[in-house]
Amino acid sequence: MTETANSRRIPDHLTSRATRVFKSWEALLLAVVIAIFVINSFASPYFLNAWNLSDATFNFTEKAMIAFAMALLIISGEIDLSVASIIALASTAMGLAVQYGAGTPELVAIGLTVGLLCGAFNGVFVTILGLPSIVVTIGTMSLFRGISYIILGDDAFRGYPSSFSWFGQGYIYWVFTVEMLFFVIIAVIYAVLLHKSNFGRAVYAIGNNPTGALFSGIRVQRVKFILFLLTGLMSGVAAICLTSRLGSTRPSIASGMELEVVTMVVLGGVNILGGSGTIPGVVIAAFVMGLVTFGLGLLNVPGIVMSIFIGLLLIGVIALPRLWVMIAARRKA
Amino acid sequence: MMRFIPVREAILGSAILILIILVASRFAGFVEPSNLANVFNDTAPLIILALGQMVVILTRCIDLSVAANLALTGMAVAMINVAMPELPIPVIIAIAIMLGAFMGAINGVLVWKLSIPPIVVTLGTMTIFRGIIFLISDGKWVNSHEMSPAFTGFPRTVLLGLPVLSWVAITAVIVFGIMMARTQFGRSIFAVGGNPHAAVYTGINVGKTQFWAFVASGALAGLTGYLWVARYAVAYVDIAGGFELEVVAACVIGGISIAGGIGSVGGAVLGAIFLGVVKNALPVVNISPFWQLAISGSAILIAVAFNARSGRTKGRIILKSAEVTQ
Amino acid sequence: MTHAAPISPDVTPVVSMDVITKTFPGVKALDEVKLDLYPGQVTALVGENGAGKSTTVKILTGIYRTDGGTIRIDGDPVSFNSPNDAAKVGITAIHQETVLFDELSVAENIYIGHAPRTRLGLIDTAQMHRNANKLLQDIGAPFSSHTQLRDLGIANKHLVAIARALSVDARVVIMDEPTAALSHKEIEELYELVDTLKAQGKAILFISHKFDEIFRIADRYTVFRDGGFVGDGLIADVTEDELITMMVGRSVDQIFPDRRHDVGDEVLKIVGYSHPTEFADINFTLNRGEILGFYGLVGAGRSEFMQALFGITKPSKGVCRVNGTIKIIRSPADAVENGIVYVPEDRGKQGAVIGLPIFQNITLPSLSRTSRNGFLRLAEEFKLAREYAERLDLRAASLDQDIGNLSGGNQQKVVIAKWLATQPQVIILDEPTKGIDIGSKAAVHEFMAELAAQGLSVIMVSSEIPEIIGMSDRVIVMRDGLIATELSRKDLSPETLVRHAAGITTSTQGGTA
Repeated sequence: MTETANSRRIPDHLTSRATRVFKSWEALLLAVVIAIFVINSFASPYFLNAWNLSDATFNFTEKAMIAFAMALLIISGEIDLSVASIIALASTAMGLAVQYGAGTPELVAIGLTVGLLCGAFNGVFVTILGLPSIVVTIGTMSLFRGISYIILGDDAFRGYPSSFSWFGQGYIYWVFTVEMLFFVIIAVIYAVLLHKSNFGRAVYAIGNNPTGALFSGIRVQRVKFILFLLTGLMSGVAAICLTSRLGSTRPSIASGMELEVVTMVVLGGVNILGGSGTIPGVVIAAFVMGLVTFGLGLLNVPGIVMSIFIGLLLIGVIALPRLWVMIAARRKA
Repeated sequence: MMRFIPVREAILGSAILILIILVASRFAGFVEPSNLANVFNDTAPLIILALGQMVVILTRCIDLSVAANLALTGMAVAMINVAMPELPIPVIIAIAIMLGAFMGAINGVLVWKLSIPPIVVTLGTMTIFRGIIFLISDGKWVNSHEMSPAFTGFPRTVLLGLPVLSWVAITAVIVFGIMMARTQFGRSIFAVGGNPHAAVYTGINVGKTQFWAFVASGALAGLTGYLWVARYAVAYVDIAGGFELEVVAACVIGGISIAGGIGSVGGAVLGAIFLGVVKNALPVVNISPFWQLAISGSAILIAVAFNARSGRTKGRIILKSAEVTQ
Repeated sequence: MTHAAPISPDVTPVVSMDVITKTFPGVKALDEVKLDLYPGQVTALVGENGAGKSTTVKILTGIYRTDGGTIRIDGDPVSFNSPNDAAKVGITAIHQETVLFDELSVAENIYIGHAPRTRLGLIDTAQMHRNANKLLQDIGAPFSSHTQLRDLGIANKHLVAIARALSVDARVVIMDEPTAALSHKEIEELYELVDTLKAQGKAILFISHKFDEIFRIADRYTVFRDGGFVGDGLIADVTEDELITMMVGRSVDQIFPDRRHDVGDEVLKIVGYSHPTEFADINFTLNRGEILGFYGLVGAGRSEFMQALFGITKPSKGVCRVNGTIKIIRSPADAVENGIVYVPEDRGKQGAVIGLPIFQNITLPSLSRTSRNGFLRLAEEFKLAREYAERLDLRAASLDQDIGNLSGGNQQKVVIAKWLATQPQVIILDEPTKGIDIGSKAAVHEFMAELAAQGLSVIMVSSEIPEIIGMSDRVIVMRDGLIATELSRKDLSPETLVRHAAGITTSTQGGTA
């Protein structure tokens, strides 16, 4: 131990960066996107139309905003199934405020605040009370939307100020919508947060070994609480966009969206058990889901049949590599 | 001395009783036997599905596809009944169970052989099964007048004061109760969920056990599929939409731990009954049914928090005066 | 406990492993090894970490399949395709970690997989409990078959495992480090149990790295080294040094590094640290350059106190002074900020973050130094990681490989590197050489001495008497959550340590020393 071990120098990397990128999940997914794009452009003449494509983005922009926050949460080993219900509650709160004469800035503040509060509620149950996030968020999923039903019942809130519609219906330039801009900005923020910051490193550590991370000085509970705040906040953002796009609020708004968000995250290569995954993967997955939905829509495939494709995609993308490995191993033996 | 009635279930049972009494104080008719029987009958599908979900959750898995399974099987047997009304009901039931079991087996195989996490598998199959309903029915409904009277009449037939639907639930409870307590398969389910690593050492095949858990859950979903469309006399794409979460809620409220290995048949049944009582009590006490969702959500949170507390191991009692150990 | 007389050559071993090979991708775990187990005799399997002991156990219990060689039972070749096959020929094992089910009763744990059935094929619960109680009585277990397993301590859980072995009428009982978490009294009881099993004619495979145990309990020995067979024979014919030489391939004296003590001023002062259930009234000081040993039996509260000091758990009261100033430590992050770091006993779960690459493990607590404004700087991280990896002579293929691929000893190095990189003042080592082979032990001790010489203060929690005596400047003995005594280097002797740790007094009046 006292001698200088200059003969043994451990290299930083064994494989080159190119090899690592090439063999990644994201590369596979990118190939899938390109394939879908090509297939779709042959399948329908309306596909390669800029405005149609622009419309198609609404299929995934709102979900993706939440998916980015959800990805970090899942990487850390938790999950939040209440996101769609947070949208409902935030939207209901905004609708209520409109009845009392609130203007757009107030509505935005309310939407974001409700999202944060719901996220904090989840966070308290999971970090302070130490309960499993899957059941807590199944509970809050019912509770948050339930409150919306209590407030709104069978009704709907309308009468949103016209300036409010900018979020969900506005265009920045030519075909590029406001939601697309949000999508890009949020994607960049989360990419930097997850891949370039100390916080992101802590998220990966916690997801791989929460005890080990704690013993290494990471404030595990604080990080997890923040992650729940973030999913709540993103749900609030999505609520603003969606409500603005629809122009109305019903308690059933965004029904089932939580599962689509989780699908997007898992499709993006994030391990549902935690510990690995990337934002670029989720971005590509968002495009995959958007393109599939859009392409099938052009072929007049009903929504519910579209979900068969999404379901098959989800299982297939995870099952096929494993099947491949199994068959290869069997051939070797 | 073995405690016959565990604490968790006793508390839940008391909560249900208190709830019923509270309702009865506003509306005495609630506790009338015929009404209670109605509530039970209404809750029967939830009870049956909760039993299946319990088995799955005990093995550290989850099955989010049960409602879609139910709907698809229900539509399938309804369509079969429309096409072949003379087919005897026992055959229909057998077909329903087999179809459901087959769908459960698909889940099971993906979890067992490809090691895909159950939440991902059943998220996928959930949407796939629902979509298939549309494909086979072309989006059309099967209405009551298209179904044969035998088909719709069977679950409602009253035997010894209770409809067949209730009897099916009771039978399922008894069968599963015996299975979990007195068969090798049942005990190995607890072993697999409690300590999968150790289960391997005792020769139990963890994956295979989980496979059969999914088959059981699917079979029950299939059975309930027939019962549901027959009782409500309608089949369409969206039936039992979101029901899978109610089923999981029933299990959670019933004390079944999402981490696996802990839970009981009694708990699952009580959890389902709790939700059923709440649902039926609301209109009676003039609380709008819109409160139902929020109430069940709160119930889940309370149940989980409570179950976690009681499970916490107590700190070591030390610092008694130093003993001389020899 | 008497050793068996030499066995006549024509007795067939119950189990005979012949030329057994087992390969994993990239590593040959077993290379044509040989192992024989005889009825009514205890065979000790001796070897360093990585020698292939646990692989052997997994092959014998049917978890792994061999890649070459034959296993014979009573002379006839068999092959195991699953744990069931091994169980069928009567091979059972008792492992270090409990391989049992907390949520089931004792009787079910004993009989899971082979419970008695009624005519209808259902489990005959009454019969199962009757059988279980009889077994428990036979081995003198102080609990009934209805007890929930989770209500039992580790020693009693071992008893349940033994009862299970008896219930399948095992012919071969494998014990893998069974005394790891037992108190001295419980270890004695285990020895008696082994005697009972021997008298019943069972063949016992005993794996341990504690030589006193081996010489106490074993009749025969087999030595593996680096996956290969080195030698076997009767315990009566071999000495401890010879065994060590066979294990290690070279003669290793357990010499501890010579240390010139240049103890500096006070770096840490602990006053009145208490916890509602784990410990109370802990007071001591620690000086610069000192190695303070903490000795005690399992359950004395040492690790619990250290974790409170490190901020993992909260003490109910207590004052901690670092360099004279009072510091409030409520989390590991606080502790690290104040220069106190902790290398835990459970390397895998608490020490390393498996799944992250080596360099990220090393930089994890030091990110505030390598990063800028909260943003990672990979070049700085690699630089830091390389510095400490080289300093600790780490053996790894690359710095970005998953730490899970490293051997136990190298993982420990990464954990230590991680903490050294934070440039601490106080480093707490909890059982630093537990489960590490004898060759690496010496390296760790040398390193500890070096750290102290450089001005670090070391708190070493250890249960190994030679290590405590060899390394410590002072020793604090804990018992039942309290400090039993503090000893200076010249007062150290094995007897004194054990006496204080166990609370044995020489006088008949009792009372603490």
